[in-house]
Amino acid sequence: MTAPLIQISDVSKRYDDGPPALAGLTLRIDAGEAVAVLGASGSGKSTLLNLIAGLDRPTSGSVTVDGVRVDGLGEAASAKYRRARIGMVFQFFNLVDDLTVHDNVLLPAQLAGVPRGEATARAGELLERLGVQRHARAFPGRLSGGERQRVAVARALMNRPSLLLADEPTGALDTASGREVRDLLTALHRDGQTVVLVTHDTTLAQECATRTVELVDGRLSRDVRHAGAHAAGGAR
Amino acid sequence: MSGVGRIVRAGGRRRVQSVVMALTTLLAVTASVLAAGLLVASQAPFDKGFAKQQGAHLTAAFDAALVTPDAVAATAAGSAASAGPFRTVSLRPTTASSGGSSGRPIPEGVTLPPAALVGRADAAGPVDRLDLTAGRWATATGEIVWAAGQGPFEVGDRITFADAPGRPTLTVVGLARSVSGTAEAWTTPQQLAAMVAEKAGGYQMLYRFTDAATEAQLTAHRTAIAGAVPADAMTGATSYLTVKHTAERTAATFVPFVVAFGVLGLCMSVLIIGVVVSGSVGAATRRIGILKAVGFTPAQVTRAYVGQALIPAVVGTVLGVVLGNLAAVPVLHEQSEAFGTAPMTIEPWVSVVVPLAALAAVAATAFVPALRAGRLHTVGALSVGRTPVAGRGRTARRLLGRLPLPRPVSLGLANPFTSPSRSATIVAAVALGALGVTFGVGLATSLADIQEGLNRRDAGAVVVHARMGPPPGPAAPGQEPPTAAERAATAAKVTAAVQAQPGTRRTFSTAEVELSVSGLAGATSVVVFDGDASWGSYEMISGRWFDGPGQVVVPTAFLRATGLRLGDTVTLSGTGRSVKARIVGESLDLSQDGRVVVTDAVTLAGLGDGVELRGFELHVDLAAGVTAKSYVDDLNAVLEPLGAGAEVNVADISSTVVAMDTLAATLTVLLVVVAGMGVLNTVVLDTRERVHDLGVFKALGMSPRQTVAMVLTSVAGTGLLAGAIGVPAGILLHHAVLPAMGRAAGTGLPPGYIAVFDLPMVLPLVLGGLVIAGCGALLPAGWAARIRTATALRTE
Repeated sequence: MTAPLIQISDVSKRYDDGPPALAGLTLRIDAGEAVAVLGASGSGKSTLLNLIAGLDRPTSGSVTVDGVRVDGLGEAASAKYRRARIGMVFQFFNLVDDLTVHDNVLLPAQLAGVPRGEATARAGELLERLGVQRHARAFPGRLSGGERQRVAVARALMNRPSLLLADEPTGALDTASGREVRDLLTALHRDGQTVVLVTHDTTLAQECATRTVELVDGRLSRDVRHAGAHAAGGAR
Repeated sequence: MSGVGRIVRAGGRRRVQSVVMALTTLLAVTASVLAAGLLVASQAPFDKGFAKQQGAHLTAAFDAALVTPDAVAATAAGSAASAGPFRTVSLRPTTASSGGSSGRPIPEGVTLPPAALVGRADAAGPVDRLDLTAGRWATATGEIVWAAGQGPFEVGDRITFADAPGRPTLTVVGLARSVSGTAEAWTTPQQLAAMVAEKAGGYQMLYRFTDAATEAQLTAHRTAIAGAVPADAMTGATSYLTVKHTAERTAATFVPFVVAFGVLGLCMSVLIIGVVVSGSVGAATRRIGILKAVGFTPAQVTRAYVGQALIPAVVGTVLGVVLGNLAAVPVLHEQSEAFGTAPMTIEPWVSVVVPLAALAAVAATAFVPALRAGRLHTVGALSVGRTPVAGRGRTARRLLGRLPLPRPVSLGLANPFTSPSRSATIVAAVALGALGVTFGVGLATSLADIQEGLNRRDAGAVVVHARMGPPPGPAAPGQEPPTAAERAATAAKVTAAVQAQPGTRRTFSTAEVELSVSGLAGATSVVVFDGDASWGSYEMISGRWFDGPGQVVVPTAFLRATGLRLGDTVTLSGTGRSVKARIVGESLDLSQDGRVVVTDAVTLAGLGDGVELRGFELHVDLAAGVTAKSYVDDLNAVLEPLGAGAEVNVADISSTVVAMDTLAATLTVLLVVVAGMGVLNTVVLDTRERVHDLGVFKALGMSPRQTVAMVLTSVAGTGLLAGAIGVPAGILLHHAVLPAMGRAAGTGLPPGYIAVFDLPMVLPLVLGGLVIAGCGALLPAGWAARIRTATALRTE
């Protein structure tokens, strides 16, 4: 049996004196999977994503991603971990408004110290692949929601992460743009990208994910694999 | 609790900003209170000290051989108050042992110039109530009190008076200050009597008059006193106006640079307060929209935000007043030491007016953005997020992004362009800080140079004194003063002995003579050089040192008093003859109020043999490796039979220069700290406004170190630009203030003492702006590095 890409073991997370956001959650995700995390508001979905990304630490339990114990990382190690292994896509894109599309996409590579030429070539390749090359010199504010999210995905893939995390990637988009992003994520997974996405959108979950996990009050209430999901394969 | 009150209280919850605001106001008020207080204190230090001590309007000296104590006491008849007669004697002190705790580098066995000793039972009295600055008054035999700031002594030191009967050694038990400058040391009447023969020495009488405002009135009193005692019995009388003139000249030299620092401090205060309050209101725009949406009127919002700015400002102001007064204590102490006056304090009204003015400035500065807040359109305010308006600085970001720099660095460098007005204000604040540092460093360097230049009046590692006139005290019956030939013979013997002494490298001699000088009333001191003095020439302001007979060098004050210029001819008269000499140089010399002429001995040959030289000094430069102390010990054994003595030449350190250095350093540090606080506040505001972007960067893998680098480099450009502006401005200010200080002191300054800024000095100063900005940004950079990514991402 191969080692899981993500191993979450008995993880609990509590903010101040409130109820636990996560309560004794154990979850294993293998490379190549596309997992949709569903749940009502406050069920712990975003907390789970933050823990996997190393943006937050669990109150107890352990989170291991790609062989790295994420829950024990310091700030600097956590940053390096994200640079090397994680790509993140947010509901509201989180593009830097003052940087051009091209510069936004370059950012993770520049922070990782990737040589300029190599980073520029990779950014051009991603923008081309995601269909936003013509906006490379534009600022994000001039793009549609769908285009912005494509740029965000391009940025997330810049350092060839082993794991793509998406937090409500279609939550701020109109129907047409949402479909664009769904198709994009599906295509990425088809190309072999491991994806974990948090969403309220059951259509997105059904179309993109090979597996659906549902959280209720911080606990795993359902874990379903989709029989008819697209097949993984190909290079990233 | 009113709605406005609640807003004001809520403002207090913006802890960082409130703390920065309070600290900035504190430091600004501290600097302003200190500067304004010193400015006021420097206006009339002599008058204050003189009134406090009931200083002597006239200090008269009488020859003990010619008058009785009762006759001296009777001269007080026309005065409003008097003290004395006190026995006096002039003796040369020799250091015996150091008992003080400071470990000063004064070697034992060093004989100092003659000092005026007075026998006085206590420090109090109707006139000249002395302030004891250390230790206690002399109450027993063997004890002495030295005039504070008049010698190298401390409490516990022991001093031998080799010229006095029995060579007594006295212990310094106290240091005292006389505003009137009535003596250099005091001992008990019994002790003094033991140090002087029956009819030798003199008496001192101190007077206060109801009419003593003018020199003419004092001259009338002086004449009346002289007429009340036998002819020639009164040997001198010093007017307090003379002492006052000297003291106030010292005080006046402080004014230009204290004013400069005061103006800098006030500008800085207004600037920083403006930045802080505008930032505070700007950061709360959305909140203002909410308040207006729930029913607050524009006036209520305006009042609330002015009040919000005033709460931390009041706290900072109160603390600033306390700190300013505390900081003034050591500085005023130094200043009073320099002025020779009683310890001063900051005038109470300064502690009221300055903080009120500061609070008014805060309120006025806050009013503009607060008014803007009150007038904000509610919907517009609600739609404003915390992120700065997008679009600003994009070009800068794009261009800087192309540079081969690490991305956090280029992101940081571009940051000031997103808030140009705020960045410009902070550039101005840091530039003022850099200006202050430049000015302070320049001032200290120039003062050190001036001190060194003034010390050149007393060249040589060793100075030999020889008596050229009759011995002190009344002449013995039938004793004639030495003839010119005898004086020349004495000088030649002493010079020969010194030059024969192993370790002597080269020598020249100086002596003084009182002559009439064309253009000046009364006698003028002429310093006569003999020998090759090229290695011991005075520091020149303009022109050159004399290189032959018929040439003289004079101080600035002489030129001003006579209206003469370099190249003009001056006539020196004495013994019924005159010689003419050409003024070839303007020297740095503050002695004798500048009424002094320096020339070669040959220049005075035309005056004949009748010229009475006094104060013969031989200046000795030692060969390499020779220790001054051992040289002096050996030499004194040879010189004693010749009536001469050698002493190690101890470089003077002017207490005025020390006071100026202390004051300038204090004010510079305050300016720098205020500038740093301004940067701190700005970076805090910037970081808060861009915290969401920061979260994005961190989510994309920006490490804490990269975050710190980005925040620090966001002020690097600001710091460098500020340094590039502030340093030249500081140099210009220095070039304007130094000559003004010189003019106040009655002298020009050598150009080299003003142009002290060379490249090795300027470069670090320019980088000083960077350091100030970097230090100010360090705390918020740490905060930015520590902030949790998830928290930052959740921030609107």
